[in-house]
Amino acid sequence: MTRRPSPSRCRHLAALSCGLALALPAQAASAIASSAVAWWVWPLALFVTCFLIGIVAVPAGIGGGTLFVPLIGGFFPFHLDFVRGAGLLVALASALAAAPVLLRGGLASLRLALPLALLASASSIGGALLGLALPAAAVQTALGLIVLGIVVLMLSSKKSEFPQVDRPDRLSAALRMNGVFIDGASGRQVDWHVHRTPLGLVLFLMIGVLAGMFGIGAGWANVPALNLLMGAPLKVSAGTSGLVLSLVDSSAAWVYINRGAVLPMIAVPSIVGMMLGARIGARLLGVLKGSVIRKMVIALLLFAGVRALLKGTGLWL
Amino acid sequence: MNRAPIAEAGAAQSGAQLLYAVLLDWGARIGLLMLVLGFALYLLGVLVPLVPLEQMPGLWSQPSGSYLTQTGTPTGWGWLALVHKGDLLNLVGVALLAGCSLPPLLGVAGLYLRQRDWPMAAICMLIVAVIALAASGALTAGH
Repeated sequence: MTRRPSPSRCRHLAALSCGLALALPAQAASAIASSAVAWWVWPLALFVTCFLIGIVAVPAGIGGGTLFVPLIGGFFPFHLDFVRGAGLLVALASALAAAPVLLRGGLASLRLALPLALLASASSIGGALLGLALPAAAVQTALGLIVLGIVVLMLSSKKSEFPQVDRPDRLSAALRMNGVFIDGASGRQVDWHVHRTPLGLVLFLMIGVLAGMFGIGAGWANVPALNLLMGAPLKVSAGTSGLVLSLVDSSAAWVYINRGAVLPMIAVPSIVGMMLGARIGARLLGVLKGSVIRKMVIALLLFAGVRALLKGTGLWL
Repeated sequence: MNRAPIAEAGAAQSGAQLLYAVLLDWGARIGLLMLVLGFALYLLGVLVPLVPLEQMPGLWSQPSGSYLTQTGTPTGWGWLALVHKGDLLNLVGVALLAGCSLPPLLGVAGLYLRQRDWPMAAICMLIVAVIALAASGALTAGH
């Protein structure tokens, strides 16, 4: 008699399969990078890789752009300029697809997003210009360090479902950066407001530079800033982060478009693959174990971060 | 997706937020549609590309500056004059996606002005100015 595998074992196996499948195209791409292959192999491999990134990004709770730039930049033969341009568009398309639903549901707040997006989108232009002006090796090295920093952040950061905000600060009160949403899990209405807005604005100024320079999206930084620093509820933070991202990435993407750093042959398969994968990922949310996927994504980021660092420093070309 | 809670929650959202959602939704849909259609025409060879597909592997590993020099691809908005080329046609969809936040921003700025919410109207207009500056091509950089 054969033993039926337990559901948790199935989930672990499914997660492991996803991880292997995600790593394989990138590894294969790296292995044959120097050999002469038909031109269509790369866009196809890119589409498959982005499809798999899209599947794991949703259960892992990160934006696909965070995985896209270090993985594609590290293992595909494309120059980092084009990878960052495509990465921004991947993050932008994902944010644009989600923002209207989140706004209608009250999970994204326009009044909270707009002041933060103003500073972040302005600074993202500076970041994009800086990224295109610096030598690729320097950007690659910095990218490696940033990705390793994201790993540390993912491992160590805490989240607060409903942070305690005793009193809104003057600026957030003047701009009415508050709102109400109905929590789907509990069904209760949550009134929220934020504090420490001036500090939040400074932080978003820096986040914009990173988003523009590396094209990795910035959900990994937006959510902790909104949730832990400014005190927005976790769901509102995640939703508003997407809305901020849609504006920040728009500004930075224009710099890349105008500088000719957007190649349709790289950008379009990435966007379509990622969006299709994200739809599958959203459906698999109930099947895959989020914590296992998250650990796997952290391991992938660690690998990609080390790869970017070694590639940038010339130790592993 | 259960639409009831969203509809219920939507009633609680401001008019500006809902207007922004509607305009952004349409803009993003049109942008994505144009992107996919343009790419299909490019791949199927309906329109001759500026850079032949076979030459791409030798070019995409170079910095964007070298790519532009070797292929004669224009910077800024110069691609509009070559939009009949299969590869550059794709930039229409890309530009629509990168610019689709402008109509909702202008829409809610008008709404905030009517409500005499001057700070939020000013913030909307400043974001429009930032995106327009980035889109103008006035900012240049290179390796």
